[in-house]
Amino acid sequence: MNEYTTTRHNELVDPSLHIWGWEIPVYLFIGGLVAGMMIITGYFIFKGRYKDKACVCRVLPLLGMIILSAGMFALFLDLEHKLYTWRLYLTFKVASPMSWGAWILIVVYPAMIASFLINVPEYFSKKFPWIDKISEKLQQHKYAVKNIGVINMLLGGLLGIYTGVLLSALGARPLWNSSMLWLLFLVSGLSAASAFVHMVAKRVDERELLAKADNGFLILEIFVIGLFIIGMLTSTKVHIQSALVLLSGIYAPAFWVFVLGLGIVIPLIIQLLAVNHKIKHTPIAPIMVIVGGLILRYVIVYAGQYTRWVDASLLP
Amino acid sequence: MMRFGMVIDTKKCVGCMDCVVACKTENDVPEKLNRDWIVQDVRGKNPDLHMEIRTERCNHCDNPPCVYCCPTGASHVHDLGGIVLVTHDLCIGCKACLASCPYDARFVHPEGYADKCTFCVHRVEKGLDPACVSVCPTHCMYFGDFDDPNSQVSKLLASRKNHSLIPEAGTKPQIFYLV
Ligand code: SF4
Ligand code: SF4
Repeated sequence: MNEYTTTRHNELVDPSLHIWGWEIPVYLFIGGLVAGMMIITGYFIFKGRYKDKACVCRVLPLLGMIILSAGMFALFLDLEHKLYTWRLYLTFKVASPMSWGAWILIVVYPAMIASFLINVPEYFSKKFPWIDKISEKLQQHKYAVKNIGVINMLLGGLLGIYTGVLLSALGARPLWNSSMLWLLFLVSGLSAASAFVHMVAKRVDERELLAKADNGFLILEIFVIGLFIIGMLTSTKVHIQSALVLLSGIYAPAFWVFVLGLGIVIPLIIQLLAVNHKIKHTPIAPIMVIVGGLILRYVIVYAGQYTRWVDASLLP
Repeated sequence: MMRFGMVIDTKKCVGCMDCVVACKTENDVPEKLNRDWIVQDVRGKNPDLHMEIRTERCNHCDNPPCVYCCPTGASHVHDLGGIVLVTHDLCIGCKACLASCPYDARFVHPEGYADKCTFCVHRVEKGLDPACVSVCPTHCMYFGDFDDPNSQVSKLLASRKNHSLIPEAGTKPQIFYLV
């Protein structure tokens, strides 16, 4: 018999850590989604599709900026000492993923503004002709445009990767101690972004392309989740215990049903049938993918906080 | 250089919680929050049981993840003896440090900043012991400099069997328990 009692009952810390509520999962999800949107926009720009006024890369930068700003607002809501937020920008702490993130969030905006200027949405080009002029000038410099595409892909990648590293650097939560987390969040972000772009794209060929891409990302995501779990199960006792929180513990229903079942496997089957023209494309599968991506962040953030580094000999 | 730490004799600790009360009074720790606490750890199979009573707090780790993850530099290592501290008006309350501590030694102060044991740095600067050490009725706690081989804490560590908490988390905790 091992029995452990403590007189500490600190709010948000005991009996298990619960410092992050809905704000952080929402922020991490949005970070991944916008990262995916930047990569897709960058790819289309790089491929020269920006010349086409109907290309979805015309609206994505603006949508990306709006969505990311909402995510940053969620992050701001989570801070306990809000008046001091500006302190983030007086320093750069190389060992702190949080500090990296604060600066990445700042540098992605100019990149998104640049991609916005390459192909200005109709509403803006009609209302503000001077923006259209900038756009025309920019389009004459082919290499500059290509570089903007590449920079968007790179910074999007960095943003998506950082949302995972943020958690995996917090070594005291065994479930997050995985070098797979950055890849999981990046792939999940790409998948959610593909689903989102599939819904907003006007051109049929783009919709088809993104549905196919999404299927690829979903299949990859299943592998990454598998490797993440195997990594945990082959590690120390505390890590095995933390994997069981997902596999058979209190977060198992959410993990199996919402993340894997309704968030990945079922939409994947629907979309595979759709791209093979067995059924029609509907928004159902993309919506499931997007909601599944959000629930994935919830489950990982909540279950991770639930796991802790206790003396391994106390574990059953 | 100095390296402050504690040695706590679990053979003498009776779990009276005087250290907890002293800390709350000395540091004005808000209600429902604790910078130090008592743990009762019972191991073994009946009738062969072993109990350890421990007073626990921030371990002022030598390899402190809470300092590394802090985005503003609010969590830092003090020049005086490597004490890990939080500068209140640098802290944005992001709680990364709470998530990074394997001992869950930190909490959010109602005013919004991350808070925890300071080894009573305001007393230590004056050459006094931390409040918890000074009030312990069984004298089971010792505070001192591990870098000085002649300090009482160094000698106790050299002469008695001891352990630290969750050393496998790799944070190099600076509180040792004599068994
Ligand atoms: S015990 Fe926790 S809060 Fe204290 S120094 Fe170590 S990691 Fe940081
Ligand atoms: S809560 Fe404060 S001390 Fe802790 S990591 Fe964030 S800014 Fe640093």
